[in-house]
Amino acid sequence: MEPVPRPTRLRPWWLLAGVVAVVGSAAAGLVLGPVSLPPAGVAIELLNLLPGVELESGLNPRESAIVLRIRLPRVVLGLLVGAMLALAGGAYQGAFRNPLAEPYLLGVAAGAGLGVTAVVALRGDEHLGSMPVTVPLAAFAGALGAVALTYLLGVAGGRDRSPATLILAGVAVSAFLAAVQTYLLQRHIDVIQEVYSWLLGRLSGATWHDVRLLLPYSVVVTVMVLLLRRELDVLSVGDEEAAGLGLHPQRSRLLLLAAASLGTAAAVSVSGLIGFVGIIVPHLVRMLAGPSYRVILPLSVLFGAAFLTLADLAARTMDIPREVPIGVVTAFLGAPFFILVLRTTRRVAL
Amino acid sequence: MTAADRSAADPPAVAVREVRVALDRTPILHGVDLRVPAGQWVTVIGPNGAGKSTLLRAIGGLLPFTGEISVFGTDLRRVRRRQRARLVAMVMQQPVVPAGMTVLDYVLLGRTPYIPPLGRESQADVAAAWEVLESLDLSRLAERVLATLSGGERQRVFLARALAQGATLLLLDEPTSALDIGHQQEVLELVDGLRRERGLTVVTTMHDLSVAGEYADRLVLLVEGRVVATGPPEQVLTEPLLTTHYRARVRVIAGEHGPVVVPVRR
Repeated sequence: MEPVPRPTRLRPWWLLAGVVAVVGSAAAGLVLGPVSLPPAGVAIELLNLLPGVELESGLNPRESAIVLRIRLPRVVLGLLVGAMLALAGGAYQGAFRNPLAEPYLLGVAAGAGLGVTAVVALRGDEHLGSMPVTVPLAAFAGALGAVALTYLLGVAGGRDRSPATLILAGVAVSAFLAAVQTYLLQRHIDVIQEVYSWLLGRLSGATWHDVRLLLPYSVVVTVMVLLLRRELDVLSVGDEEAAGLGLHPQRSRLLLLAAASLGTAAAVSVSGLIGFVGIIVPHLVRMLAGPSYRVILPLSVLFGAAFLTLADLAARTMDIPREVPIGVVTAFLGAPFFILVLRTTRRVAL
Repeated sequence: MTAADRSAADPPAVAVREVRVALDRTPILHGVDLRVPAGQWVTVIGPNGAGKSTLLRAIGGLLPFTGEISVFGTDLRRVRRRQRARLVAMVMQQPVVPAGMTVLDYVLLGRTPYIPPLGRESQADVAAAWEVLESLDLSRLAERVLATLSGGERQRVFLARALAQGATLLLLDEPTSALDIGHQQEVLELVDGLRRERGLTVVTTMHDLSVAGEYADRLVLLVEGRVVATGPPEQVLTEPLLTTHYRARVRVIAGEHGPVVVPVRR
């Protein structure tokens, strides 16, 4: 007898592949770098973190510090940021029914940029690195403020609350905030370089403090978006038909976008603007594992984490002893990918 | 109890009273009244722009309206969305075909009103979708991607999603406009069979007047947002009515299953 066709579900082997990708990329991120370390020694150092375990790793104190104090927080932060950006990308694409939608669409990037610029401009002579609390806070507040402004503008745009209205509102808000930011930078020309290096995004200098900032948001946002994954599939038939099926399309979309924007803002506040992750990862997953958001969203979390960790590894090792900004690495991969998506997508719902 | 007694005692499937709808402040429906007894097939006809689709959407609860609409005795405004979706299923004139979605997944979307807000399909939902797929002869297409099917097959899949909702009122907006004459008949026969089998009430809009008259128990002629005639096909498909309201020159001939409307050159 033929096997009975089953509805689309997340198949265990895809989940397994995602977990393997996360573990593999994390291991590579810990072992490889300007100083390559023996994998066994690194593994033992990690085991020593467990209470009651005390093994001889064979690493000298300097190597041990590289693993535990520099690479480990950086890898963990990369995993979290990558997971957030990729998950938010998948959620935006579903909520807007637009394969090119991305996490920075609603003004998150411009808001965070303005927030950081304002802080640097106001504080004048201080360096970004000397404000480990203020900078993420300013970026976070700027990002969420911009998204709120976009919503208000989009809703004020009339009763036709279609996805396109929100996207246009996001464009308007981004342009306005970017203009304010440019004005501020012109007034404080001495801080331009520092602000731009932040805007490009970086995971260098990542600390456990950054991880602690991002972790609670990551958990909340991941749970929220994953709970809504079936509703994203229902939204794919359009708002009117979704309403006919008993859904509140606007309410579902608002929840999704709020969660995705929160996750993006939290990620941006600790890592700066790392572009294209939210486009590359959900699309790769879609191509490999199918178009259902029930598959795309959970796998985007895993593969997004792995992707950004590998991109960071490339950023650290491409040009030793210098580092390439990670935003440059993802843009190098992302821009051609964007065009590929554009060419293979027959109809863009906007 | 005879059928006549029952229809007198039970609430009608659809009761529309003095319904007005405006889209972007333009009035579309100007006080429409309509009653559809349970189990009947009523087709709304009328010239382009008369408000046929708008009326159907209003009955489906998808548009704000003034006046009263009740479905099986339940006030449409007092019923929650999920509950409404279990009573009324609508097939749009051009349903959105999601990229890459399989037929089975698409039909399962019809189970949405039975799935808790943050939950997923149960075995019972999958079984219900399968039952519909099999009764519409679609089970061999279950794993195909919807976008790759022919027009006739797609229309059957759209119907299957609506049936999976388990609703007893089926609203079909121009169900045959994308189909050739053979597939039109196939789909309409299918709908009629399902109506008898499952005790459904069917309200459709349709452009082809002869076909409309062949399948419907009653026709409603809607012109500029008002009902100008309603009754059995022989009473609505008349030369004077069609000449006046469609500005057309037609001949109406008595046919085997109702009047046949033939356009005649001026």
